[in-house]
Amino acid sequence: MMEATYSATPLADIRNVSLNYEGRFMALSDLTLTLEAGRIYGLLGPNGSGKTTLIKILAGLLQPTAGSVTIEGMPVGPETKAHVSYLPDHPFLESGMTIAEVMALYADFYQDFDMQRAEDMLVRLKLAKNARLNKLSKGTLEKVQLILVMSRKADLYLLDEPIAGVDPAARDYILETIINNYDPGATIIISTHLISDVEKILDDVIMLQYGRLLHKASVEDMRAERGESIDAIFRKEFKC
Amino acid sequence: MSWNLNSDRPIFQQIIEHLELEIVQGVYEPGQKLPSVRELAAQATVNPNTMQRALSEMERMGLMHSERTSGRYITEDESMIKTLKKELAGGEISRFLEQMRRLGYSGEELLDILKEEMCKGEEK
Repeated sequence: MMEATYSATPLADIRNVSLNYEGRFMALSDLTLTLEAGRIYGLLGPNGSGKTTLIKILAGLLQPTAGSVTIEGMPVGPETKAHVSYLPDHPFLESGMTIAEVMALYADFYQDFDMQRAEDMLVRLKLAKNARLNKLSKGTLEKVQLILVMSRKADLYLLDEPIAGVDPAARDYILETIINNYDPGATIIISTHLISDVEKILDDVIMLQYGRLLHKASVEDMRAERGESIDAIFRKEFKC
Repeated sequence: MSWNLNSDRPIFQQIIEHLELEIVQGVYEPGQKLPSVRELAAQATVNPNTMQRALSEMERMGLMHSERTSGRYITEDESMIKTLKKELAGGEISRFLEQMRRLGYSGEELLDILKEEMCKGEEK
């Protein structure tokens, strides 16, 4: 596409990255990948293909065994963490705090936290500020976590399975919330198994298999070329 | 009107079809300002870059134009909207005729059956 809305400077550079867990198996194997600013990437692959490992490396929670990762030209570390907002694939909030309290905690902890944005999302998703986190259903807790993560004005959002626990009717609502709230020019990586729900909001897909890169392509090009959905392509590629 | 987008075809093409229909139906009036790319993308739950691409294409077609600072507007040219309406109708009609040919209707039979059905519709 000739006309790009947002700039196309590389945001993250992943070079020859390998990681083996306790010397046993290669979770990532010589992975090289460049991520551009202002794009929404879908990170797809079967279980154990390295999606969560890659996200954790970008979030600075895991160290690669070999290779290098830079975000905005800096090696992953405290400086990059300040610009990266990470949603883990498991609940990270379990306490008797209220939603309002945890929002205040986030605002204290992250300089880029936008309280107004968080409040707006709470209203849109019909959540009560005085509700206690340990009284929320799994799906509702996921919504709260997503609100906290999307309320930061980050350059890179890492969303590991953001809609897995949410009912199908609420999924589009969550995706709408994501589109409405990331900063133009920021990059989003969404790891998911729910391809058919998510593919319409993606710019590109990154497909991993056995810790290696299988495809990186524009979803619109892929659909036009193959005449089928990314979901259908995925099912064929990874047929058991 | 809800956006029923289907993942088998390029999304940007489907966005154009959807917006064309809304323009013809008068959901958006001639000269009306459109919501921002971001808002439209969120409404349709599509990627903002894809929405941008569809809108640029519609600008190229002359159905919209953007003002540098104030946003994007539907064309004021009503004859252009009329032409679009006719084109969309033409497409529907040729699909319909193709189906009828497959069912084995000749031109005259088709006219008869159409008249009959349209009278029924009016009685209701």
